[in-house]
Amino acid sequence: MKKTIINCDLLIIGTGMAGMAASVFAANRGLSAVNAGQSGEINFASGFLDLMGVFPVQDKKQWENPWEAVDALVKEMPEHPYAKISGKEISLAFDEFTDFLYQSGVPYAGYPDKNIQMLTPVGTFKPTFRVPNSMFKGIQAYKEKNQCLIADFRGMKGFSGRQLVEVLGDKWPGLRNIRIDLPGLKGEAYPKHLARSMENMETRQSLIKLLKPHIKEEKSVGFPAIMGLCKTLEVISHLEQELGVEVFEIAVMPPSVAGSRIWTAYQTGILKKGVNVLFQKQVLSFEQSETGELIFDIGQREKELRVQAKGAVLASGRFFGKGLYADRKMIRESIFNLPVFQPESRCRWHENNFLSPKGHKLNQAGIETDEFFRPLDSSGRPAYKNLFAAGSILAHQDWTRMKCGSGLAIASAFKAVNSFIQELP
Amino acid sequence: MINMKILQNRDSFLKTQVLIIGGGVTGTGLARDLGLRGISSILVEKQDINAGASGGNHGLLHSGARYAASDSEAAAECREEGELLKKLAPQCIEDTGGLFVAVKGDNENYTADFPGMCEKSGIKADFIDIAEVLEMEPLLSPDIIAAYQVSDASIDPFMLSLDNISHARDLGAVLMRYTKLESFNIENKKIKTALVRNTVTGQETIIEPEQVVSAAGAWAGIVAGLAGIKLDLVCSMGTLLVTQSRLAKKVINRLRKASDADILVPGGTVSILGTTSVRIDDPDKCRPTIPETDYIIEQGAAMIPALETTQYIRAYSGVRPLTGSSSGDDRNVSRGFALIDHAKDRVENLTTISGGKLTTFRLMAEKTADLICRKMGISKTCTTRTVPLPGSKEGRWTAPGLAPRMWMTGHKSDDIILCECEMVSKGIIDNIIKSCRQQGEVPTLKTVGIRSRIGKGPCQGGFCSARIAAHMYDREEFSGKKGLNELREFLNERWRGKHPVLWGLPLEQAELQEALHCGFFGLEL
Repeated sequence: MKKTIINCDLLIIGTGMAGMAASVFAANRGLSAVNAGQSGEINFASGFLDLMGVFPVQDKKQWENPWEAVDALVKEMPEHPYAKISGKEISLAFDEFTDFLYQSGVPYAGYPDKNIQMLTPVGTFKPTFRVPNSMFKGIQAYKEKNQCLIADFRGMKGFSGRQLVEVLGDKWPGLRNIRIDLPGLKGEAYPKHLARSMENMETRQSLIKLLKPHIKEEKSVGFPAIMGLCKTLEVISHLEQELGVEVFEIAVMPPSVAGSRIWTAYQTGILKKGVNVLFQKQVLSFEQSETGELIFDIGQREKELRVQAKGAVLASGRFFGKGLYADRKMIRESIFNLPVFQPESRCRWHENNFLSPKGHKLNQAGIETDEFFRPLDSSGRPAYKNLFAAGSILAHQDWTRMKCGSGLAIASAFKAVNSFIQELP
Repeated sequence: MINMKILQNRDSFLKTQVLIIGGGVTGTGLARDLGLRGISSILVEKQDINAGASGGNHGLLHSGARYAASDSEAAAECREEGELLKKLAPQCIEDTGGLFVAVKGDNENYTADFPGMCEKSGIKADFIDIAEVLEMEPLLSPDIIAAYQVSDASIDPFMLSLDNISHARDLGAVLMRYTKLESFNIENKKIKTALVRNTVTGQETIIEPEQVVSAAGAWAGIVAGLAGIKLDLVCSMGTLLVTQSRLAKKVINRLRKASDADILVPGGTVSILGTTSVRIDDPDKCRPTIPETDYIIEQGAAMIPALETTQYIRAYSGVRPLTGSSSGDDRNVSRGFALIDHAKDRVENLTTISGGKLTTFRLMAEKTADLICRKMGISKTCTTRTVPLPGSKEGRWTAPGLAPRMWMTGHKSDDIILCECEMVSKGIIDNIIKSCRQQGEVPTLKTVGIRSRIGKGPCQGGFCSARIAAHMYDREEFSGKKGLNELREFLNERWRGKHPVLWGLPLEQAELQEALHCGFFGLEL
């Protein structure tokens, strides 16, 4: 069988936050782009977009101003990827990406130069930078400590209104909870099914009928984030109208709809921009042409097509995204066999305490790059002049502790794409 | 202020015939044995059932062949007890049968002498043809030079202890979990009272026993110390690995002088590989390490090459309490048990039962109860040799594969699965919580974990723990931040066993878990 050959400017490997952002930036700059990857990981996203929240992690120091946090980080950890990007660039990148999400129907909200302390489904708060519009009113409700009702749904696991009331009770005495037993819903209520059913007027009417008698002094009602798959704002404003209170969403445990909303928005938005998307496909092999172009065989399991690109962005993630692979002895990069910065032995990978605030050494492992985000070879020089890396695969960061995952992904994608353009003849 | 509080809390006072210290398989077995003789007992356990060596072993019901060469007495005990338990507690046992295999390079004289040595202890070891054994267990190394079939089996130690304590309670025994022995009050060469403290609530209780039995395993030295007695005890830590899937139908032993990583035991849907023998000073410092993990895999792979490439779910360690000090290899210390009447140490009503094997726990309980009866002047004989061990509600959900089977054959229409790896439903969790409550205990995430397969599948509690915490909040089992703190503890406890085996797929799972619990929930903050 003859293989299809696709020629393009830029191949973006990976469909997580960094891959999506790189594809958006490439398209916005008029590049012909192909985006390939095994989608799925994004379903595990919280829906929050972090920029920079905690540093130094061992001191659990939380920052109200993310830019000051970035400055402090770069000063003490000059090897962190943020040191290769200016604050201005990070800010431009964030705005360009959230603007894309807005255009695609998922608006985000936040303060200009301030982190948000965002409520999580277990009742803790974490610092983040941008949250879906549908969740933003919850922050105000918490700040004002108004009377508020948290509604959860029978059959939906991992989200307990009573848990939130118990955990937050001392800080927010006006909080109450109620369990909704939607008619016709037996057994497990999956977030996606609930979200879809909320787009149905009848379901909303029965929800309103069940809920309204319980709203007394309350100024607002918080629901788990299942208020519609695509028409979230429409669903919420209808509920607000009928209930006569403010309505907001609270993030839920993955797999959640917050992640799939981003994914749906991305899919529709990126197609409109003319990016060639090869979803559910991965890079199976790689070679370099004599002229320096990067050639990839891509498919599900079998090689289905060939992409010949002037450059590539490696945004394949870490272990869960399969960008990195670990055996008993060491960590490798999956596609280019790039050198991976890593602790010298497995004994050093992890702390004895899972929740150790200083974080596991393994989290700092990853690909080292030059200032243009070009991965380095074993001699410390760029492995390929037209290969760039972005996102969590980068070394010298611990996004789970620093709360910088999305910012790192978006900003490094921004710089990687811009660097590629500068490389073009 | 503090003293006042203690005084107020010290509001309970209990009397019993026998105070048992330690809720492992020996302590629970002893409570049952005494109960069957009509003797009352209180069992205090500083953690939960099987928190020590009883929960940190292979789950191997020995045929005795393993000890045939080194300790013929222990071998014969194992044989006899193994046969008895298969009849009396079949619910806890999978009668898999076992193999002893030698690979190229193993001592051929030892191999040749093996059947004869087994015969001396009355153990049957049948020679099998290499081709036949490879057909039986295809993952065995093609380098096998000799193989024998024996009657080893696998046993679920959690179900065993839970069934024992459940029967004991039906017979009137009292179980106090999370209750630590603080001190003895000794008068006229007798322990008059023991002060115990609930480690969760802080409440103190004074117990006035006629007799005290220390079945504290590796902690027996500490218990004896509270009575002013020095007990010569060696703590030998052994580490074991759990594979993601079951690699063999039978128990597979390396046919050589007992050494590291030479037994692979099937446990339901998984296999358990071990063990090592490392001397430690403090039983509380027992934890599996990465070098040990790697060493076990390398050693085991000589017998079963797939052990090199298979995935592991977790590692765990237990401490063998070996009595009598030895120099050199702790494996040379007898695996027979020690029953010590501390009358010789001028504490007339204290007895220590230590050492031994999981397989011989019933015999250990019998001999201890016999001694206690003699000391108390009671002439009641042991009946655990003939009375079957009843299966209990508490023990049943520890069985791998039971929860999915129950789910598939039918469940209530409003039930939902909370643990997807092991298919444990909300209904099962509710049952466990209910039975804890009925016994006057406060259910925690950990107690639910011990009594079910929660957290034991590939995700090791990454997702189900938060879901079960939410459910327990819904049920009003948790208030305030209690559930969050228990979630943290549960995750750290699972991590102990997980972190030595993190590479390949388990590392991907662990990364997702960290993204959830730290990246999203910020539980480390």
